[in-house]
Amino acid sequence: MLVADRVIAIAIMALSAYFMWHATELPIGWNGMTGGPGGGAFPFWLSLVMLLAAGGIFVRSLGEDHGGQSFFDGVMLKSVISVVIALFATIALIPVAGAYIAIPLFMFWYVRIFGRHSWFLTGCLALGTPVFLFFFFEVTLKILLPKGFTEPLFFPLYAMFF
Amino acid sequence: MDTLALLADGFATSLSPLNLMIVILGVTAGLFIGAMPGLGSVNGVAIVLPLTFIVPPSSAIILLAAIYYGAMYGGAISSILLGIPGASTAVATTFDGRPMAQQGKAGLALIAAAVASFIGGTLSVVLFTLFAVPLADLALAFGPAEEFALVLMAFTTFVGLGGDDVLKTIVMICLGLVLSTVGLDLISGQPRLIFGDLPGFFSGISFLVLAIGVYGIGEILYTLETSRTAPQVTPARITLKELSAGMRAMNRLWKTMSLGSFLGFFVGMLPAAGATPAALMAYGIARSTSKEPHTFGKGNIEGVAAPETANNAASTGSLLPMLTLGIPGSPTTALLLGGMVMWGLMPGPMLFIEQPDFVWGLISSLYTANFAAVAINIALIPLFVWALRMPFTVLCAIVIVLCIVGGFAPSQKMHDVWLIAGFGVAGYLLRKADYPLAPLVLALVLGPLMEKSFRQTLIAEQGNVLAFIERPLSGTFIALAALFFVLPLVKYLRKGGSRSIAPAE
Amino acid sequence: MIYKMTRRAALAGVASVAMIAAGATSALAEGWKPQKPIEMVIMAGQGGGADRLARLFQSIIQKENLASMPVLPVNKGGGSGAEALRYLKDSEGDAHKIMATLNSYYTTPLRTDIGVDIEEFTPIARMALDTFVLWVNADSDIQTLDDYVAAVKASGGEWKMGGTGTGQEDSLVTAMLEKEFDIKVTYVPFKGGGDVAKNLVGGHIDSTVNNPSEALGFYQAGKVRPIVAFTPNRIDVFPDTPTATELGHDIVYWMQRSFVAPKDMPAEAVAYYTEMFQKLSETEEWQTYTKDKALMADFLTGDELQAYFLEERNKHAAILADMEGDGSS
Repeated sequence: MLVADRVIAIAIMALSAYFMWHATELPIGWNGMTGGPGGGAFPFWLSLVMLLAAGGIFVRSLGEDHGGQSFFDGVMLKSVISVVIALFATIALIPVAGAYIAIPLFMFWYVRIFGRHSWFLTGCLALGTPVFLFFFFEVTLKILLPKGFTEPLFFPLYAMFF
Repeated sequence: MDTLALLADGFATSLSPLNLMIVILGVTAGLFIGAMPGLGSVNGVAIVLPLTFIVPPSSAIILLAAIYYGAMYGGAISSILLGIPGASTAVATTFDGRPMAQQGKAGLALIAAAVASFIGGTLSVVLFTLFAVPLADLALAFGPAEEFALVLMAFTTFVGLGGDDVLKTIVMICLGLVLSTVGLDLISGQPRLIFGDLPGFFSGISFLVLAIGVYGIGEILYTLETSRTAPQVTPARITLKELSAGMRAMNRLWKTMSLGSFLGFFVGMLPAAGATPAALMAYGIARSTSKEPHTFGKGNIEGVAAPETANNAASTGSLLPMLTLGIPGSPTTALLLGGMVMWGLMPGPMLFIEQPDFVWGLISSLYTANFAAVAINIALIPLFVWALRMPFTVLCAIVIVLCIVGGFAPSQKMHDVWLIAGFGVAGYLLRKADYPLAPLVLALVLGPLMEKSFRQTLIAEQGNVLAFIERPLSGTFIALAALFFVLPLVKYLRKGGSRSIAPAE
Repeated sequence: MIYKMTRRAALAGVASVAMIAAGATSALAEGWKPQKPIEMVIMAGQGGGADRLARLFQSIIQKENLASMPVLPVNKGGGSGAEALRYLKDSEGDAHKIMATLNSYYTTPLRTDIGVDIEEFTPIARMALDTFVLWVNADSDIQTLDDYVAAVKASGGEWKMGGTGTGQEDSLVTAMLEKEFDIKVTYVPFKGGGDVAKNLVGGHIDSTVNNPSEALGFYQAGKVRPIVAFTPNRIDVFPDTPTATELGHDIVYWMQRSFVAPKDMPAEAVAYYTEMFQKLSETEEWQTYTKDKALMADFLTGDELQAYFLEERNKHAAILADMEGDGSS
């Protein structure tokens, strides 16, 4: 727990420093010409406060004892990581293969392989979701989802519903 | 009373069978659109707007009002059931709505939200009917200095003195404020913090992306780890007995709700502020005036009622500057304004004089829509509660898909979907390390308003910081903000300071 | 500089650009139709003037059935349109994307290096030119341009001019005013034209350079007063307001409202969209709207439009260089 606390505090400090470095592209001082602070002032000084506060958290943690409890639950961490990987893989697949391939695949993985549900339920969800998405988002709300290389397959559907 | 006669005429039209059908249809559609994370009244109104050319104008207004109200009610549904605020106006609803759902009281929370929304909507329509025209002048009196003071007040009513770890709260507020500056700097017109010149950052980081990330994906990862395979929520059931218990509970809250309505209407009326600060302030005030502030954030029904009355009242209030001044206070009212222009109406000071039929037709439609929304909403609660009884792994898969698609829909950028995934993982880790997430999300919502109005004032006043205090309206707000900041501090010290009075996650 | 074009000339322009683009391949295919919904990218956020106009176009197209597929507006307003420009650049050859532009079409690539050359895009049609007027609060004593200049000079640089942001159209007009009359104002940026007009009426700022459409409601209610118009001829809606040119000051500035398409859009598609906007410009709704809102409906397509864009870009480069030279940003 303590180690994780320190690692997160250091990560936030690094992030703050990075923000501060970025913010200096615009004036960070009190800009006398136009009155009031410059464009970089808000992000710069707030990042500085963030850096100091995170530093405080880090320093404070040095004075604390090691609590025996670990940050992650070892068994469940595995499932968290696998869900995160599946999520990133799905998002990466969407622009290439389209939402109508990526999302049913994700559904299949999650419900059948991860959740160990029946084939019937898996089938319903994996097929039902894209149908729902198409009618709700594309036909009703007129929001087109990315299709990737499957785009031409949708031309007849567009012709039918629009 | 001229107004009343006009209003009666309006009701006569909005209650015809055809229009009633339209209201029911619109409200139901709005409810589902609003309940979808990522989608809100903007999407609903945008879809319907082009159709309004085809149906008669009076029906068109009613349809728009129905969708608008339906979506406002719907926003609370996703906040309570999934813990993901569907719109920034519903953030405060998650604070107590979500814990209630986790305790198996989802049905009660939904009823509270629906009734509170109805009361907020009703009272605000009454206020609108009576005072619309004189109040327009008040909106005009609001310059950048007043805007800043108001946002500051919203911030302090809410943040107060954190009972969470103070250092961690400060980190999260700063992080939210810094993230809110990403994109184009309005004052200098220069891009800033666009990491690696990614075009996706040009438009900044939207509230929805952060909220769907930390509350949607982050929450799922967190429950996944902590709950093992057990379902995340106690299965909720809804019975008639609960319904009447809910109504009785709401009865005791009339004070909170009327305060929320007034506050919502007045804050919502100010073009720059709108419904989000209104809901936050209502929540903050309900908490700090409550006898048992420590129960807030842990499933207090008052914490659902207060923001819900305020945000619905604010959605009526925000129509006021749109109609009387021609200034939209939110993207949704901007679309409505566009619609009015297309119908050949000129929103502005003359509208009430030249087009009374339209104005009062709209008001009465709002009222009809409000009525229909509360009825339909309560009728559908069993359906929503049933959805929570799905196996956890199925619910999770559906929520993740909704997060992906809902994150993509508003901006239609994959960039935002990646950000959601990133914020999800970051939010999960921060939450595990006991960093409070609410201040992060609130800071992102209020940050842009605050920075913009602060710098505008200083430019206009040639760098004179005292301008904030010298102007009577803004001075008053600043004083109130200071009071809200000090009040919890005093309480905290008096109690010996062991109890948490900040919203728990 | 205004181009008056006959319809025939416009069509000839389209045809010529289409031929060039299509090269030696097929003649103008009459039969091209969009196969999927058409994405209308808007260079501004929801609710602004540009957005409202784009949505008006969408509604008219839908109502008059001018396109066989729905036109879907998508706002990409980030970075003063930088986001939209980059998006269009990445959609090379796409036949289902068009973009509604305003003057940030030139100024954004000039002000920040975003790797976009507008010369590469395919021009479709210019629908209108929006006008600019100098406004003051109706309670002020200022009646004429001379009063105005005197008042600004008397304030010693504390005169508050509201606008929609440094680098935006009204800030350019402000810069021109400052240069022409040797005056100095404090420029206060707001989120949109409506917000600017409201702050003028509320007395939080002293003057604005607004599009007539943004201030018209207040004007009719007698809350704001037009001082001078930045057009060559008087605007019909404000017959008593003189133009700057007529008072001997050469300040004319337009906001163009046009449509462009990605680089290398197929010629048949260009012809399809050009015809769609041609029909749109002839609808009664559009004609009424332009008259009511003091817009100059000035339809232009093809090569002439591209030439217009490039000329305007040069003009804006000069204005921006002037502004930065002053150090007043």
